[in-house]
Amino acid sequence: MRIGLGFLLAIFTGALWGMIALVLVGIALTMVTGLPGTPVVFSGIVAGAASGATISFRPAAQRSRGLAIAAFFITMLALLASALMMPFSLPLSEAPFVQGLAIALFGLSVTGGTWVCLRGIEPGANSRYKRETLLVRVFKGVGFIFFTSIVVLPFYVMVMTSLKSQQQLLLNPMDLSINLSQGPEALFRSYVELFTQFNFGRFLLVSTVVSMLTVVITLAFSIPGAYAVSRLRFPGRDLLSRSVLLIYMVPAIVLVIPLYAVFSQLGLRNSLTGLLIIYPATTVPVALYMLQGYFKGLPPELEEAGLMDGLNRIGVIFKITLPLALPALASVSLYVFMIAWNEFLFAFMFLDDPAIFTLSRGVVSLNSSEVPRQHLMAGAVVATIPIMVIFLWFERFLVQGLTAGSVKG
Amino acid sequence: MANQMPADRGQTSQTKARPHRRKGLGPMAKKEARLAFQMLLPTFAIVLAIVLIPLLANFWISFKPVKLADLRPPAPVVSERVRGDMSVAGAAFTIEYRLRGSSQSRPIKDIELVDTLPAGVTLLALDPACTANGNQILCTVELLEPGERKTLVLNAVGDDAFSAEPVSPRVSKPEISGFAENVLTSNEFTLDNFKRIFNATEFWNVLWVTMAYTIFGTIGALLFGMFAAQLLNTAFVGRPILRGLFLFPYVAPVIAVAFTWVVLLDPFSGTFNAILVRMNVTEAGINFFGQRMAEFNFFGLVVPFPLALSSVIAFEIWRYFPLSFLFILARMQSISTDMYEAAEVDGATPMQQFWHISLPQLMGILSTLFLLRFIWTFNKFDDIFLLTGGAAGTRTLTVDVYEQAFAVSNLGAGAAVAVVIFIALLLFAFFFFRFMNREES
Repeated sequence: MRIGLGFLLAIFTGALWGMIALVLVGIALTMVTGLPGTPVVFSGIVAGAASGATISFRPAAQRSRGLAIAAFFITMLALLASALMMPFSLPLSEAPFVQGLAIALFGLSVTGGTWVCLRGIEPGANSRYKRETLLVRVFKGVGFIFFTSIVVLPFYVMVMTSLKSQQQLLLNPMDLSINLSQGPEALFRSYVELFTQFNFGRFLLVSTVVSMLTVVITLAFSIPGAYAVSRLRFPGRDLLSRSVLLIYMVPAIVLVIPLYAVFSQLGLRNSLTGLLIIYPATTVPVALYMLQGYFKGLPPELEEAGLMDGLNRIGVIFKITLPLALPALASVSLYVFMIAWNEFLFAFMFLDDPAIFTLSRGVVSLNSSEVPRQHLMAGAVVATIPIMVIFLWFERFLVQGLTAGSVKG
Repeated sequence: MANQMPADRGQTSQTKARPHRRKGLGPMAKKEARLAFQMLLPTFAIVLAIVLIPLLANFWISFKPVKLADLRPPAPVVSERVRGDMSVAGAAFTIEYRLRGSSQSRPIKDIELVDTLPAGVTLLALDPACTANGNQILCTVELLEPGERKTLVLNAVGDDAFSAEPVSPRVSKPEISGFAENVLTSNEFTLDNFKRIFNATEFWNVLWVTMAYTIFGTIGALLFGMFAAQLLNTAFVGRPILRGLFLFPYVAPVIAVAFTWVVLLDPFSGTFNAILVRMNVTEAGINFFGQRMAEFNFFGLVVPFPLALSSVIAFEIWRYFPLSFLFILARMQSISTDMYEAAEVDGATPMQQFWHISLPQLMGILSTLFLLRFIWTFNKFDDIFLLTGGAAGTRTLTVDVYEQAFAVSNLGAGAAVAVVIFIALLLFAFFFFRFMNREES
């Protein structure tokens, strides 16, 4: 067996995994248990290198299950030995079960990750193809961990913070463990207070009503418009169907000053009617664009047959076009609902009266030094959960809506 | 959008092929066009009223010396007083109306005051500004200067029945109306707003921040989106779950995620800072959203670094990479696998396959995304406003609109910044159309 560059690459790969895995396992350990541990990064690197070296000790074709098990144990031993039995800067006698679990998890993930990356990579010389394959695998692995962490961490912190008290948060911000023994009442205290003292039940209701009405009004405006653009011939049609998206590029902040001035004088500013005029106006162009794209894809022969059989245009739209376009209607509705639900600027600028706050506006009102942080996070969770449930439930439609709506940010 | 483009293309070529368009419309076609316009009318109306007219109104407002307080028009205010003893029969008493304007800066014209006297009261003498018709009093004042006070005096006497049981004339409230010129609709114009924003040294800084935020935010989101799309391009067990997960930042309400980041990155009680301290990366918590500049010690070389701006850009990338990811993934999955198979046979390495097959195929969607995201990042207001409020060197043009109009209460100056944004957008729209034309041809 020749040992060469491949062996060195294997050691590097293992060391990288070792470092990442120890940091992640260490942070997870601290978050879940609240123990003040600091992972010894150097030991992670050493243990990972040992893992890589062990795996790469045999040619790619001759790596057996026994080798994997050996690498697993060697990794853990190397970790413990190089960290002087304290891989998380904690004596092993403290929470021995959890620490043992963490070390096992470390061994498993490092060995597993390195094993997968080194599949087909020889200890000796490798072709450029194989070297790049290794590089791509390492990049992908790091990418998966990176993206999952950056997405999960904020949402995890959001939920966990809402379940803790201010003192606990200040005492150890890393401790996101939950004390289940305190009972559900104490655990969900900030939620109960939001709904009893901060009127969040009402905000939830207002947001729901406003979002739903926005969807209804938007559809009522955009369906005839989209039908006209996609099916009827009239001068200026092409210009219209292309410039409609341009409206969508107008930033809300530019509209705020004139609308604020005019709505103040008309007495529409601090009212839901005002919002229900503005929200559809901003969503109608994109809804029209999305729907006309879908309508154009429907076979016109069906509608022509309907016209032949004596239906008028309205009959054709209601009895033929709309039933066929149900998936598109679902996408558009969900997309518009999401925009209205998440809208912040106009709700913030226009609404002063807490009786008609939407959720966005309500959560902003929690952002003061007098309201503890866990209430703010609980408010954020309350605002997020409905839209997340809808998203996960109708993911296919919403993703279609996002892709077709394309640009709204 | 990507899905729709082929449909659009087909439509355009169809229309071009139609020969009868130049000849004017026949009766059937006229009817069809009329129906189409009727169906589009509601959309036109609402878009015109809420988007297009306000857009142009910004130009008007930007030339006006209008403050936030001017939105409430000045109105005359009256207080009524009675002097003398009304319970003595035959004794005269006086009724006074004291007038003033609610505004300290603008006059009020053509003021009319109407009041009704109680029954049994006879007027002895009237203020020259007033006339009486039975118990009705009508007073007119032509002009009330800002800060001016005017008193109208009436002498009256009550009959026996009234004196026995006097009813104060104050029981019936005087009705008053006046006309004040609204700054928004007057002929008064000024260039002060533009002078003000362009003269402020801060403005050029705002422009730089906007450009940095837009460019780095857009490119960052594209690169991250492309990286994430590469990860999920091959099928594996947890792929649908991960795809849904990666879209979370984009789908969640902006207030929820922005405040979460603020809490997460808090210098004292933030989890992220606690992790950094625990890992011995820093000694004390870093104030990510509050510190304008940080010094970055790179092997003895001290590099200044705009910390708050970078944090805000990081948030922007985090929140919008899912969108690029979604588009790039959709495009990647439509690339035929034949090409990769052929490349494999020819011995192309993974990197070569990416550079020479994937990337050229993705250039179209990448440039479209870049343009759209560029415009939208330029327009972004909510995120920065919620994260830093425009403090610590993160004030972009959009945040400046809010600052000028509502924090400093100068609507005119805010509108002037909005006009700058609008002109920039016109430029972008021009490029957008040119680009779309090139794409289609």
